[in-house]
Amino acid sequence: MPKEKINKLESTCVPLPIENIDTDQIIPARFLTATTREGFGENLFRDWRYNKDGSANKSFILNNKAFSGKVLIAGKNFGCGSSREHAVWAIYDYGFRVVISSFFADIFKNNSLNNGLLPIILPEDLVLNLIQAVQNDPGVKVKINLEEQKIELPGSRKAYQFEINKYKKDCMINGFNDIDYLLNIKNKIIGFEEKKGIT
Amino acid sequence: MKAKTLFEKIWDSHAVYSIEDGPEVLYIDQHYIHEVTSPQAFKGLDDRGIKVFRPKRTLATADHNIPTKDQHLTIKEELSRLQVEKLTENCKKHKINLFGLNHKKNGIVHVIGPELGFTRPGMTIVCGDSHTSTHGAFGTIAFGIGTSEVEMVLATQCLLQTKPKTMRINVNGDLKKGVTSKDIIMYIIAKLTSGGATGYFVEYAGTAIEKLSMEARMTICNMSIEMGARGGLIAPDKITFAYLKKRIGKLTDKEWESQLRKWKKLKSDPGVKFDKEIKIQASDINPMITFGTNPGMAITVTGNIPLSGGLEDKKDESFLKSLNYMGFKPGDKLAGRKVDYVFLGSCTNGRIEDFREFASLVKGRKKASNITALLVPGSKLVEEQVKREGLLEILNDAGFELRQPGCSSCLAMNEDKIPAGKYAVSTSNRNFEGRQGPGARTLLASPLTAAAAAITGKITDPSEFIN
Ligand code: SF4
Repeated sequence: MPKEKINKLESTCVPLPIENIDTDQIIPARFLTATTREGFGENLFRDWRYNKDGSANKSFILNNKAFSGKVLIAGKNFGCGSSREHAVWAIYDYGFRVVISSFFADIFKNNSLNNGLLPIILPEDLVLNLIQAVQNDPGVKVKINLEEQKIELPGSRKAYQFEINKYKKDCMINGFNDIDYLLNIKNKIIGFEEKKGIT
Repeated sequence: MKAKTLFEKIWDSHAVYSIEDGPEVLYIDQHYIHEVTSPQAFKGLDDRGIKVFRPKRTLATADHNIPTKDQHLTIKEELSRLQVEKLTENCKKHKINLFGLNHKKNGIVHVIGPELGFTRPGMTIVCGDSHTSTHGAFGTIAFGIGTSEVEMVLATQCLLQTKPKTMRINVNGDLKKGVTSKDIIMYIIAKLTSGGATGYFVEYAGTAIEKLSMEARMTICNMSIEMGARGGLIAPDKITFAYLKKRIGKLTDKEWESQLRKWKKLKSDPGVKFDKEIKIQASDINPMITFGTNPGMAITVTGNIPLSGGLEDKKDESFLKSLNYMGFKPGDKLAGRKVDYVFLGSCTNGRIEDFREFASLVKGRKKASNITALLVPGSKLVEEQVKREGLLEILNDAGFELRQPGCSSCLAMNEDKIPAGKYAVSTSNRNFEGRQGPGARTLLASPLTAAAAAITGKITDPSEFIN
């Protein structure tokens, strides 16, 4: 699925200050029976977002009209648990393009990078400050420049540097995918098999 | 030559190519797929108009959403049925070996891979499933991947990966009675927390690990992901080789000997440095149980829930949210509390040894009347063996039924759901909110602890029943 290229982005944020949010919460297993990648946004955070009778849970942040935007801010160890890429598809399909946390589970991070969803890791105190700032005023914005690996937080003139692998950064900016890369080096792969005597 | 860890030896021998300032291209020896995380990957190949590159290196099974009763009938749930049909169609089209529903070798992907001899020491193994770490028990680099990566492996037999850091966890000494490998890994996760090994690949070592059977080692490696580790592995030894000898057919003595020579080199060099090293005394470990909604929230079965989530200077919102979901309070004692369900199964504890342990404890006793039990073998072969070894009779006499193999209540994609608000002592690997059904409350534990709960109807320390 070709993803939008991403480089510069300025947006309001949605704060979700819960730690260890696992992919079962992001998209529960019972919604994994689909055979396409589309439409998962509807069930993003399903069991937190809706009550048992199907009505919206008013206290959940996605149902609070004051908060919106393309940036989700979450507590540490975001995306732990199951490897389901459906979690990333759901977040993306809902409209988020960036997730900020103090740390991400590995598989989730890889899946995000493979799907045009930018995971930004910031020190925990900065994440907590940002959450506070957004909670105080949902209108505040973050400014992200992927090329320069910089993020400007509200109320601070200083831009913070974030880490991202250069190869992955180029992929995101240009809308490339690992699979394009691998298909292009197929000769090297065949060479490797021959050298090792495997087929 | 520079001393290397086992992980590094396997990684380096599979590195096809390194991208400057980027990840490495890693060759994958064995790929496992199942119905839930593969359809979009095949669709990707179709959209590009390409074929599977090395179909013989992929093995498929249907396990996640299949029913565990009346498997010979059509799957009732329409979307699940379509997904399983899609897998069959894709495998046929791409000439992939499929042990699908009703096949005599069907079962949970991480149970059948090893038991059929596909998983072998020194391999790189991936699957669109986080518990692929299970296969590390054979001295492999095995890890879970997302669907885009499944597509990459189908298309090129390779992945782009950044080398993780290495950690060694040494468990030395003897285990107390009633303590199993499940308790070892739950103890480790509780110590490290559910994100404590993120970014690492873990090697388990030490005298307590060396004494474990392959089944028990798989339980440990299986749950590596629950502390965030990319994977976990154990150096192969004579226990590994004996297990494989029975499962790898068609090898002449000479071929076997040459395999063995290679496999025997698969260990970390003496004196090699890991990025992190941890030491644990086996005798410190007691039967464990979880009280919260991530696998790191575990205590001994006889212990009390902690008063806070750990860091005192921090708000404990996540901790309290979790306890609230479980219907517990800080400081509560768990032992003696009534439970409603017991689940024996999953890729963590659905192997023959787990059924032997469960049966050994319920033998001559009766299932408590308040308990609904789901006993789900990890594969057809396990199911058969349960019958052949006479375990089924023991279970039946004690009032238990055996279901057919599958993931079942581990993730409740099929009908095997725990109702909202009910407590389940479960031998699976995740106690996340809603994992076993919306509102279900999961208490992870070993097969012995599950058996003790099944006969008393309450959370019970299994060592009470063991002489
Ligand atoms: S048994 Fe559970 S953890 Fe294992 S593969 Fe199936 S769903 Fe995943």
